[in-house]
Amino acid sequence: MTDTVAAATEVTSATDAQEPLLAISGLAIDYRTGRRRWNPAVRGVSLRVEPGEFVSLVGESGSGKTTLVQGALGLLPAAARIRGGSIAYSGVDVTGWNDKRMALVRGNYVGFIPQDPNTSLNPVKRIGVQVIEAVRLNRPKADYREAALESLRTAGLHDAERVFHQYPHELSGGMKQRALIAIALAGRPKIIVADEPTSALDVTVQKRILDHLVGLRAELGIGILLVTHDLGVALDRSDRILVMQRGEIVEEGPVARLSAVPTAEYTKRLLDAAPGRHTGRLAPPTAGDTPSVLTARALTKTYQLRGRQELRALDAADLVLRRGTTHAIVGESGAGKSTLAGILAGFTTADGGSVQVGGREVIGLRRKELREVRRDLQFVFQNPYTSLDPRFTVARLIAEPLHAFRVAGDRKDRVRELLAAVSLDEEFLHRLPFQLSGGQRQRVAIARALALNPEILVLDEAVSALDVSVQAQILRLLVDLQARLGLSYVFVTHDLGVVRLIADDVTVMKDGAVIETGPVERVFHSPGHDYTRQLLDSIPGVR
Amino acid sequence: MPRYIALKLGRAVFVVWAAFTVAFVLLFVLPADPVDLLFDPAELNSVPPEVKEQMAANYGFNEPVIVQYLDRLGHALILDFGNSVQSGQPVLRAVVDVLPSTLVLAAAALVLAVLIAFGVALAATSTRRVWLRNLIEALPSGAVSVPVFLSGILMLQVFSFRLGWFPSFGDGGFRSLVLPLITLAIPVSGPIAQLLVRNFTTELHSGYVTTSWAKGSTRAGIVIRDVFRNASLPALTIAGITFGNLIAGSVITETVFARKGIGRLTQTAINTLDVPLVAGIVVLVAATFALINLIVDLIYPVLDPRLRATLAAGGSR
Repeated sequence: MTDTVAAATEVTSATDAQEPLLAISGLAIDYRTGRRRWNPAVRGVSLRVEPGEFVSLVGESGSGKTTLVQGALGLLPAAARIRGGSIAYSGVDVTGWNDKRMALVRGNYVGFIPQDPNTSLNPVKRIGVQVIEAVRLNRPKADYREAALESLRTAGLHDAERVFHQYPHELSGGMKQRALIAIALAGRPKIIVADEPTSALDVTVQKRILDHLVGLRAELGIGILLVTHDLGVALDRSDRILVMQRGEIVEEGPVARLSAVPTAEYTKRLLDAAPGRHTGRLAPPTAGDTPSVLTARALTKTYQLRGRQELRALDAADLVLRRGTTHAIVGESGAGKSTLAGILAGFTTADGGSVQVGGREVIGLRRKELREVRRDLQFVFQNPYTSLDPRFTVARLIAEPLHAFRVAGDRKDRVRELLAAVSLDEEFLHRLPFQLSGGQRQRVAIARALALNPEILVLDEAVSALDVSVQAQILRLLVDLQARLGLSYVFVTHDLGVVRLIADDVTVMKDGAVIETGPVERVFHSPGHDYTRQLLDSIPGVR
Repeated sequence: MPRYIALKLGRAVFVVWAAFTVAFVLLFVLPADPVDLLFDPAELNSVPPEVKEQMAANYGFNEPVIVQYLDRLGHALILDFGNSVQSGQPVLRAVVDVLPSTLVLAAAALVLAVLIAFGVALAATSTRRVWLRNLIEALPSGAVSVPVFLSGILMLQVFSFRLGWFPSFGDGGFRSLVLPLITLAIPVSGPIAQLLVRNFTTELHSGYVTTSWAKGSTRAGIVIRDVFRNASLPALTIAGITFGNLIAGSVITETVFARKGIGRLTQTAINTLDVPLVAGIVVLVAATFALINLIVDLIYPVLDPRLRATLAAGGSR
């Protein structure tokens, strides 16, 4: 035990020296895949964070960035092992330290901000208690309550006294993430590691949280290591960026250099894929006088909440979709965009208003008639991991609508044709969803939606769950399909960067109401509403 | 909140009422002639019709069914279930005499079962050896699959007859409680342990545990401060429902160990076709069961702030 304490003091007191706060060199981590079989996840990665430095580690899913962070914190799962390399905090090598010794480094020397604020707080404990725990574990001599309140205030919760007594479910996502920042700060760490701290949050909240982190660095002089999949986020705030791919650092450098002259092929691809960096569209915009294929007027939907409360999910929303164009619906969570999309597709019943598809009223149709409408109007869901039946082969998934609507003709040929349309080889025909990547799944979902030759596709956050480079490919595919088949899209998204890439018209929503609508060019260049401006300012990677 | 309490209370009352009604239908309506049940089958033919008439009048069997039902229901409401045919003692009295003995056994068995379950769950979560973990996780299903009468007799053989550590039967003192207690607790601990092991594992991988690691908590601290409460909440409901199993299990345990209690009483009542006694036991046991689950339901909001918040918003679950 004395040895443990000595080690911890060693780490905490060694900061005066000019050693980097965190120095990882040649770190290699493997995952066990079977008896004596190991699969490398991190291959010889070196990384440095100096005092007061903001370093970003960028990579797509599966690049090993989270494993790297877990390794640095000593939080690797049981199935992983460190094969080689070293981790040093302020020159003290902590590689191979046991749990007890690492526990003194965590919280005390390195603070961690986790990915999803909604699951990262203990639901049955008040925020105050959870922050106090962090204080008590790391600063036994402090006045716990005062220190916790101070920590909450530093994290940007001005109403610290109130939050102190609240439970996690009483706070918004952004506030929860601030509470987690408070927990990370409570031990007065020298360095903060944040693993995708804002990917579960709305853009405007994301911007505020990240700006706050930058402020903390200046205020407290701590080092920050930000792990993110979003190159735009990293470009906006970092001093230095490391790009990780398949367990290796493929590029490292200061932001200005990296964004101007990327050397690695992968970095170039990421930069190209980042929607926020594009100012133009993937395809030229369609002329403004095309007739409308779908018109929604004054749609209203109210949800009955527990008790006597009501939630106005949609308040007199209008939408006009012109033939062969893309109409994007943007807004933050709770804005009512998914409700709107659900009503257009007939999944949700509206309380009032009208939807006309090709001159035919959809609201109030009976099930059978609605089925007929669905031939012309298909839906692509947000999460390709849950929207495909795991027991169906790709061929069966795509043929499903053909069977459901008893389409005559050679179904096999049609399935092959559709598969080719979404740029997948025939070898995919007999695969099951779990054998596909996220992008491939979404291609299958799109192929399925196209099976009945619909005129309109409603895409609900169809690219949000995908990595940026995959997202770019799917967007490209959608644009190509639109040009070839004359499709019209209703494209629901929270990402304004994506809107600029593919949409002709845009509708901005907030709290169930339409704030602003019009051609993308107009709305983006001269937004008529403060909220739109705020959303536009929050797009990462445009500064 | 009042709505929640009213709802749960209503459910408890409904359970007891349903038990009463089902027992009434099964015991008094369905038999061809309930009067026949009042006599020893061997002597049934020698009973003169006047006596039968007399008995039917005494028990009110000559009234229309609905009148009988309402009459019995009315009496049941003031805890009057009539007299036992065998002993002539009031049913309530007969049940209340032996109820404490069963409740002690059942409650102690439940406590022991919960302790065993937590022990298994903690052992399974704290070990890092995969084979040991698998072995511990296999224990609960093993515990469920051994029937009570078998484990009871085995225990008697070993601890009572061979080793002579505990008495083989009787109601006297703590020592006589040990064997029936263990016999009853082991199968009941199985499902609770299974649920706990699963909950502990899921909770140990949840986000807030990572946060606690990052705070500098040790494994023990995380299990005690974070995982324990979140993982135990659902087990509470199971423990409440399991109480029914305990009462059912006590029929066998009390018979094997020749203990006084509801189980033995039920067994005797059924053997001797003591209809009013059986009906009374069914209702009283149902009432105990409903009461315990009512308590569990009312404790829940105290332990889980999320549920409390939903209730405060004025809704029901």
